Amino acid sequence: MPLDSNAYAWMSAREIAAGVRARKFSAEDVAQAALARARALDPKLQAFVTVLDALALEQARAVDAAVAAGKDPGPLAGVPVAIKDNLCIRNTRTTCSSKILATYEPPYTATAVEKIVAAGGLTIGKTNLDEFAMGSSTENSAFAKTRNPWDATRVPGGSSGGSAVAVAAGIAPLALGSDTGGSIRQPAALCGVTGFKPTYGRVSRYGLVAFASSLDQIGPFARDARDAALLTAVISGQDPRDATSASLPVPEGLLDLPARADLKGVRLGIPKEYFIPGTDPEVAAAVQEAIGVLKGLGAETVEVSLPHSEYGIGVYYLVATAEASSNLARYDGVHYGHRTEKEVGMVEMYARSRAEGFGDEVKRRIMLGTYALSSGYYDAYYLKAQKVRALVKQDFEKAFERCDAIVSPTTPTPAFKIGEKTDDPLAMYLSDIFTISANLAAVPGLAIPCGFSAAGLPIGLQVMGKHFDEAGVLGIAAAYQAKTDHHARRPALG
Amino acid sequence: MSSMAAPVDTRTWQPVIGLEVHAQLKTDTKLFCGCETSFGAPANTKVCPVCLGLPGSLPVMNGKAFRFALKAALALNCTIAKFTKWDRKNYYYPDLPKNYQISQYDLPFATKGWLDITLPDGQARRIGITRVHLEEDAGKLLHDESGAGGESGVDLNRAGTPLIEIVSEPDLRTPAEARAYMEALAKVLLYLDVCDCNMQEGSLRCDANVSIRPTADAPFKTRREIKNMNSFRFVEAAVETEIGEQKEIYANGGTVLQQTRLFNGQTGEIRTMRNKEEASDYRYFPEPDLPPVTLTEADLDGVRGEITELPEERLKRYMEVLKLSEKDAGVLVEFKEMGDYFEQLLAEGIAAKTAANWLISDCQGVLKEKYLTIATCGIAPKAMADLLKLVEAGTVNRASAKSTVFPAMLDAKGEKSAEAIVKEQGLAQVSDSGEIEKKIDEVLAKSEKLVKDYLSGKDAVVNALFGACMKAFQGKANPAVIRPLLEQKLKKLREG
Repeated sequence: MPLDSNAYAWMSAREIAAGVRARKFSAEDVAQAALARARALDPKLQAFVTVLDALALEQARAVDAAVAAGKDPGPLAGVPVAIKDNLCIRNTRTTCSSKILATYEPPYTATAVEKIVAAGGLTIGKTNLDEFAMGSSTENSAFAKTRNPWDATRVPGGSSGGSAVAVAAGIAPLALGSDTGGSIRQPAALCGVTGFKPTYGRVSRYGLVAFASSLDQIGPFARDARDAALLTAVISGQDPRDATSASLPVPEGLLDLPARADLKGVRLGIPKEYFIPGTDPEVAAAVQEAIGVLKGLGAETVEVSLPHSEYGIGVYYLVATAEASSNLARYDGVHYGHRTEKEVGMVEMYARSRAEGFGDEVKRRIMLGTYALSSGYYDAYYLKAQKVRALVKQDFEKAFERCDAIVSPTTPTPAFKIGEKTDDPLAMYLSDIFTISANLAAVPGLAIPCGFSAAGLPIGLQVMGKHFDEAGVLGIAAAYQAKTDHHARRPALG
Repeated sequence: MSSMAAPVDTRTWQPVIGLEVHAQLKTDTKLFCGCETSFGAPANTKVCPVCLGLPGSLPVMNGKAFRFALKAALALNCTIAKFTKWDRKNYYYPDLPKNYQISQYDLPFATKGWLDITLPDGQARRIGITRVHLEEDAGKLLHDESGAGGESGVDLNRAGTPLIEIVSEPDLRTPAEARAYMEALAKVLLYLDVCDCNMQEGSLRCDANVSIRPTADAPFKTRREIKNMNSFRFVEAAVETEIGEQKEIYANGGTVLQQTRLFNGQTGEIRTMRNKEEASDYRYFPEPDLPPVTLTEADLDGVRGEITELPEERLKRYMEVLKLSEKDAGVLVEFKEMGDYFEQLLAEGIAAKTAANWLISDCQGVLKEKYLTIATCGIAPKAMADLLKLVEAGTVNRASAKSTVFPAMLDAKGEKSAEAIVKEQGLAQVSDSGEIEKKIDEVLAKSEKLVKDYLSGKDAVVNALFGACMKAFQGKANPAVIRPLLEQKLKKLREG
């Protein structure tokens, strides 16, 4: 029987796992189809840095063997999962889309990826990103510019652009991304998929190549909230290898999130600072319409205020760059990664290896962060940023006294053109204006499709929740998706 | 020093010395990962993604290392912070795999302590401890020492080993005080069993900050930091040399610049490594990968309970409770392993005085000849106690125990009991009075002149006769039995 690479393209992860567990089809068939689809679409989309044929097939055969032996391979049985290329997989190239790690193969696997494999998931490939997750368009990759499946002349968002595209294009029903200031939610919004950043500490960061340690969080991409909940459940939980992972138990309901029929008794906060004139009118209209749908489901709305959000970007670009300047110091050409071929002394070797290995945006941020931490500037920049960060957190605590979740646009505009903002870093930074605060406050934030522009580009709604209330946030999204079909629209892929 | 100020007499100027000591904690595993701590293992065999600083790896604090550090700080009378955090110290060096060191900056876990020291002349001084903090060690660079200019290597086995940095107040005033402080500090750490204190191997390292000033109440002048003193003797020598150089600079009207300097143990010279302007900006900031550590009073009580007897306390107990002489108590305290062995002999029921005499007077010479120490000699305290019990019971005399039995036990590497050796070599003392009397009679019969002298009133010849008897028994008789028997017999003769 000839393999149809589209047979499983739009199946949900839940359907695939159920089919594999019930032996309706094999994990190997699913893997072959996903790999074939990646081969067919990726020359155009450039979502993957590395497609892991051999590894995914080996994992699929192990799942099939378990099923044949009467064992349960787990809740992700045979489900292809695309992995952002800043998550380590043992003996597999992990590049962070940087020249400096272009050939680097880690000797260990990230906890979140280990959990996916243990649950029967198939790691079909490593996806493209902005170098070291620094960017909002995936244009900062040293290897390729990933295309938006809805319009190939536009960016997919970033930094987890490759993962968003893999899911949006039906190559994999699930993907892992990382979100430091919106790097899951912003590309999810721009690609019309569901993207979720759990509470800081919910998912172990062990094996996630650090950008900004106090903000980084791993999270899922999916085509609906229930699949996102499933992957969240699989990867969550305390990890003895990550001292910042939370000891709280993972809510049981996430594995098979019930689709709520209504949202009666749910109070939604509408932050006035997030509905501002600068926002694209089509985005504003789609978000207002979504709020109307949520009200129709029985939710109450209250206006809340997050007054320090306006400083969010400033705070973020001090805290994140300061941490990054230190986290990225290890790429020095001494122990692994790119080393200059010039025969030079030690200090010159450091300088040249880094100058050759890093791209412009990474260098810009390392310099910013180094400056912010320098003697004489620390108090004015880094320390002050930390103080304002505490105020941002307080804003959320106060707002959550009056509501259960906060809804807003995910991004101020739909997907922009490739090259449109590359010469204007500040304009690029502003595309994260609505997502950054959730990282600063460590709260969970979710992006779901809530409409399309006249040009056919997806628009995202953001739902932010209380610390560790992943179930609440995902539940609101699932109820919304049961009532609407924006998440079910598919891009025409030629 | 181009300044042409008038020459100054600096001979009476007073040195001001503060020491920064790094002590490697004796934990089984590293500070932030599960790798074994080791000395001398093949390069890069005790490493993992965390201590290699590989991308994506994260540190997790070793609770045992923290307890060790707390023990040390409590023993140094420090105030322990109820909230302490980790910071990153950023600098580039090939032995530092992350190019930052996880350390503690503005909130060290311990501050404001002290250490009492005794100077060689018996004078006591209390030296302030500014702070104690915990940090990870770096790896080691291996340079091509052939001179052929080969590539340098990096060994990261040591990277991530827990270190405590103990910073003293500038309270030390002489090179001898600096050395006494180092020795006292090492003794405390050894007693706590938290550090090997081997300066040659680098498990204990010392940097000295030295300045001088005209009088004891003058403000501090600029200090220079001396590194690389890898023995107690070198600490004293380096500080001495540095003081001399500073006196000369000021005497010639010059100024001392803030510098970091390196001591060379082979030549005794100090050379300047860098000036203050070249000092790095470490860009310290809180380590985001590690949560702060909070402690309760109950946690501290738990650690206090683990602190064993410290040197000063042991000395006092040996003198006041066990009634040992100051000298003997001093020796047992100075050499902790001997003191510990002594404790074990006491536990086996040996009297304090007997055990102390045996260890200090009898064992030392024998061990020294064989290049052994009491801790490495291979004889269990129980076996040693058995030997001392044989002496006590009169089965073997102390002289043979020392000259024959103990060396034989050492040769057998602890595999043979004292009793077996005594039996094997026929060393058991004759205690049967019938046999002894017969032998004494024989000696008296052969010693006509001495007996005549005795009878004529010369009591002193008893010693000579006693010696003759002992010789006749070839050391195998119990002197405690012979002496009274001999005296009894002589008395009888005199009484006729």
